[in-house]
Amino acid sequence: MLARIWALVIKEFLAILRDKKSRLVLIGPPLIQLLVFGYAATFDLNHIPYAVYNQDAGFASRELLGDFQGSRAFRQVAVLHSAGQIAPLIEQGKALLVLQIGPNFTADLLRHQQAPLQVIIDGRNSNTATLALNYVNSVLLSFDNRWAATQQWGRSPAQLVVRAWFNPNLLSRWFIVPGIVALLTLVVTLLVAGLSVAREREQGTFDQLLVTPLTPGEILLGKALPGIIIGALEAVFISLAVVFWFHVPLLGSIPALALGLLLFLLAAVGIGLMISSLSLTQQQGLLGVFLFLVPAVILSGFATPIANMPALVQDLTYLNPMRYFLVIVRGVFLQGDNISLLWNQYWPLALIALASMTAASWLFRHRMH
Amino acid sequence: MNLQRLRALIHKEFLQILRDPSAIAIAFLMPMFLLFLIGYGVSLDARHVPVAVVVDHPTPQTSAFVGGLQESPYFHPQLYDSIQRAQHALLDRQVSAILWLRGDFSREVLQGETANIGVLVNGVDANDARIVEGYLQGVWQNWLQQTAVDAGKPLLVPVRVESRIWFNPALRSRDYLVPGLIAVIMTLTGALLTALVVAREWERGSMEALMASPVTMAEILLGKLIPYFLIGMGGMLLSVALAVWLFAVPLVGSFWVLLVCSSLFLLAALGMGLLISSVARNQFVAGQIAIIVTFLPAFILSGFIFDIQSMPTPIQFITHIVAARYFVSILQTVFLAGDVWPIILWNSLALLLMAIFFLGITLLRSRKRLD
Repeated sequence: MLARIWALVIKEFLAILRDKKSRLVLIGPPLIQLLVFGYAATFDLNHIPYAVYNQDAGFASRELLGDFQGSRAFRQVAVLHSAGQIAPLIEQGKALLVLQIGPNFTADLLRHQQAPLQVIIDGRNSNTATLALNYVNSVLLSFDNRWAATQQWGRSPAQLVVRAWFNPNLLSRWFIVPGIVALLTLVVTLLVAGLSVAREREQGTFDQLLVTPLTPGEILLGKALPGIIIGALEAVFISLAVVFWFHVPLLGSIPALALGLLLFLLAAVGIGLMISSLSLTQQQGLLGVFLFLVPAVILSGFATPIANMPALVQDLTYLNPMRYFLVIVRGVFLQGDNISLLWNQYWPLALIALASMTAASWLFRHRMH
Repeated sequence: MNLQRLRALIHKEFLQILRDPSAIAIAFLMPMFLLFLIGYGVSLDARHVPVAVVVDHPTPQTSAFVGGLQESPYFHPQLYDSIQRAQHALLDRQVSAILWLRGDFSREVLQGETANIGVLVNGVDANDARIVEGYLQGVWQNWLQQTAVDAGKPLLVPVRVESRIWFNPALRSRDYLVPGLIAVIMTLTGALLTALVVAREWERGSMEALMASPVTMAEILLGKLIPYFLIGMGGMLLSVALAVWLFAVPLVGSFWVLLVCSSLFLLAALGMGLLISSVARNQFVAGQIAIIVTFLPAFILSGFIFDIQSMPTPIQFITHIVAARYFVSILQTVFLAGDVWPIILWNSLALLLMAIFFLGITLLRSRKRLD
């Protein structure tokens, strides 16, 4: 029996790797994507382009603007001399925000009166705008504290002391890059599994496979193993790159990560085979993979938190294997989780794997055209 | 170019589309499905964030602070009786942050010292953590204001931010994500529609039959391009209609500008699909390449969700070869800001060049030759 499965696995690998282009697309792009996306996928703002419209001649406004110039988060792109210059600058996206300071800024502050700093901000990308406003606030906060201390404004009754666990500098790269392990593994595994049965159906060789002495279980294993092996190799390689190239800390236990990966691969391959055995042509198989992949990635918590989704969509994400694997990957990398802390992620993955594999092997037999 | 032959080819393509309805599914069902799911599902606006509140020594001062937290729509505060239990909840992902008012909070506030309010956030999702931190600062500033008013003293903050947010005053993340989403979806439909069709003809051997006929390569390509362009535009109109009527995204700019820019983008996307298809000649490879060069770059490198200006310079440079980048910029501007001509014209020019490039290369590469 093992020999039969082994023969089928070898045949599957030959079908995938025989073509040079097909070999290339399995190895090259994931590496390039890891590098490009690892650097591109960030919510941290650097060098926010801003312009200044300062109507005040005093030293307070100069000091405040100096704080912005000194901050790494901001990059001054223009100095404006009339209010009319503001609109075109923001509309064309040349500056994300304009800092406007009124003529009495220093005078008001010296008379111990509160002075406004007007911020006109481009809200087209609402996340960037929210974060940029937070950055402006934090620059202002340190200015305020300094000014209050040196100009005898009295002390603030309380201050916030914020500490972040697991990611002290709040680098969004630490959040996104481990997620790429899950993302690229899912893409590759689904593609390999999703087209494997469809290709044979389109060429008519699947019927031949069904009349061989191979049992449906053996066919299932033979079709599943290549996807699992290729996915596992990619995942291990990408994880190594995450640790050694992107320097994301790996604090947790490696067996916990390995167990999660195995269950995740089983679930992904199961879904891929299910899609594949439902399709009669490779085009349908590919379409099916897409229809699963795109929502699975977007509704996984990879980039936007699941907690922000409406309740109904949140319930849907329980069917998404990537959701659980992302928690596992991030938990093991950043929070130092071990196997016992992650049970709640393992068993749904196992359940999805079991259900999809069973459905796939049933479909092998029952979907004939 | 022979119009009659072209018409026959287009007719044949339409028949093929009708017979295998997956093209219709790609063009109409997929955009609808994705817009529904993602339009409702993707949001960066944190609401009702679970926060553990630990008050060591309850007093009127602490309850004023906690009251401010309870009134905020952003938070769902939960009281914990010890910091250890709150930290355990943070580890367990039950809460996203801890707010800790220590025992000497009220004494320090009343004696005119500066009390420390301890905030502990789970930094794993750094973006979310920053947003939560910003909201907490808002609660804190409101509390300062209220405390000053209650004490009959002016507020002790020298400079205050007065922000005016243009184009999206409520900062609804859906208003910026849905227009960008249209670009992601169109990239998928455009490339998927054509990526497989030429590869399929090669794989099935029907390309050889076509080559034996008197049609020219340009006619074959046009015969593929025109039907899928029409279907793709149908999908595009459907997406815009859903964005405006279902998701209530304001369309400030003009519809016609949107239409012209969309057709330029669709030509570029279809051209890319045709090129993939003629390079790969094999549906597995064509499919792989289509996913790799379309969906993920359109998702990550287009400015749909991650701001291009925050990326490192070399990566920003790479984004220039992603067609979706130009279209996302046009869509976000036309929907939210209106017809800002410098943005529309430059990005349209880039799209036009990309369309010409992809279609031109495809035409050059496609010779009537069997290897």
